[in-house]
Amino acid sequence: MKRVFAFLSVLFFAFALIASEEHPADNHTTNQEKEFDPTEVIMHHISDAHDWHLFDLTNKETGELKPVSIPLPVILLHDGNLDIFMSSEFHHGHSNVKKGDKEYTLYHKKIYLAEHGELQFDEHQHPTNAMPLDFSITKNVASLLICAVLLLLIFIPMAKMYKKGKGIPRGIQGFLEPIVLFVVEDIAKPNIGEHKYKRFLPYLLTVFFFIWFNNMLGLIPIFPGGANLTGNIAVTFTLAFFTMVITNVNGNRNYWSHIFNTPGVPWWLKYPIPLMPFVELVGVLAKPFALMIRLFANITAGHIIVLSLVSLIFIFKTVWISPAAIFFVLFMDVLELLVALLQAYIFTLLSALFIGLAVQEHH
Amino acid sequence: MDLVTPAIGLVFWTVLIFLILLVLLGKFAWKPILNAVKERTDSIREALSSAEKAKEEMAKLQADNEVILKEARIERDKIIKEARDLKDQTIAEAKNQAKAESDAIIASAKAAIENEKRAAINEIKDQVAKLSVEIAEKILAKELSDKDNQKALIEDLLNKTNIN
Repeated sequence: MKRVFAFLSVLFFAFALIASEEHPADNHTTNQEKEFDPTEVIMHHISDAHDWHLFDLTNKETGELKPVSIPLPVILLHDGNLDIFMSSEFHHGHSNVKKGDKEYTLYHKKIYLAEHGELQFDEHQHPTNAMPLDFSITKNVASLLICAVLLLLIFIPMAKMYKKGKGIPRGIQGFLEPIVLFVVEDIAKPNIGEHKYKRFLPYLLTVFFFIWFNNMLGLIPIFPGGANLTGNIAVTFTLAFFTMVITNVNGNRNYWSHIFNTPGVPWWLKYPIPLMPFVELVGVLAKPFALMIRLFANITAGHIIVLSLVSLIFIFKTVWISPAAIFFVLFMDVLELLVALLQAYIFTLLSALFIGLAVQEHH
Repeated sequence: MDLVTPAIGLVFWTVLIFLILLVLLGKFAWKPILNAVKERTDSIREALSSAEKAKEEMAKLQADNEVILKEARIERDKIIKEARDLKDQTIAEAKNQAKAESDAIIASAKAAIENEKRAAINEIKDQVAKLSVEIAEKILAKELSDKDNQKALIEDLLNKTNIN
């Protein structure tokens, strides 16, 4: 399982490389004879966007494809000025948006400040224009909000049911309670320790259900699902960062002395050149870094493989391939359901393990 | 590589939303859920332990009952045995007494019979003696009128007496 996903994440990086190389060649021509490019489609689906793309409509007269999407708010901060407008004003990148004396342009899902309505490119065909700080409610932020609301709508009423039902689980309680208790009894308690685990339960439970629900929302191909949220490096970075902060803030004397004065190694590894402390400090960063990459790569790889299998139909340009494609996509989707839970479990388990190592007493 | 570069906007929103979610879920979901589950666990544990206690009590009671029953049975057997002994003793005593009494009655009856018999024999002896004397008188009176007869008689009597 792990090896498969390691392979897929390598595959994904290959895709990413190809995609970045192909950027300059691709400009917004509406050539209907254009070859189907699975890389472009897949990269479009797994990356963030300023609107929530639903489907394309074909203009019957011109044969042009017109994307239909839900516009989302764009929030830009530049030179202390805040500009807020709907992403529909870009007309899918076909027109610039003028706000005051500034003109914004959307190029490859990124917003640049256009000088005189134009973008300047360097020799690698990358724009050299300044970029405003982008705090937009993107597709991923919108998905994040939907998931947060979903979590609140599920767990707060569930908590209230305990008061009414005198602790007897009914309905959704019966399904979710064992999972909550699994996180408590099998993840937090054994890894952090009997006396200290209670303090970290809110974080571990929230992170578990946050990742799990987002993973599953990402598997739904239509709105309100389909965003590759937990496969986005910014999200996994944030979650891993939280684990790192909690681990190091709660690290006791034992933990820090282990880093700066590692027991059981020869003195010359610590003095005069602090080799071991350096290695240990790298470990402090490497642990959350591994968390970040693992979740990101696993979820993104899952999205890529599902999209690749769907793309088979369009690559072969025949409907006869669809039974095979559908079979494989179904197989992958079921596998991804498992992965969604598994990755949430692994992230929570490792977070608990790191916290447990930081708070454990000297034996 | 856009994919592996964290976007500042998404990091900002993730931090904000996750922290809000953490606070709200922590306060309104995890705390009440875990408290309720703990309460339930405690009450189940309590119920189980009290059931166990009741079971033990029950077993103890049953054992007590058994002992009481056993004792009662022994007591009953003892009483029955005693009663039987008493009955046997009473019967034996009665028998002995009856025997003794009957023996006494028989003995006294025998003694009375002996006495009566002796008295009767004595009377008969008297009568016989008297009758003998009378007969002798009459015979003598008749016989002794002749000297020969007297002599013969005396001799005869003497003979007879010697034989006897």
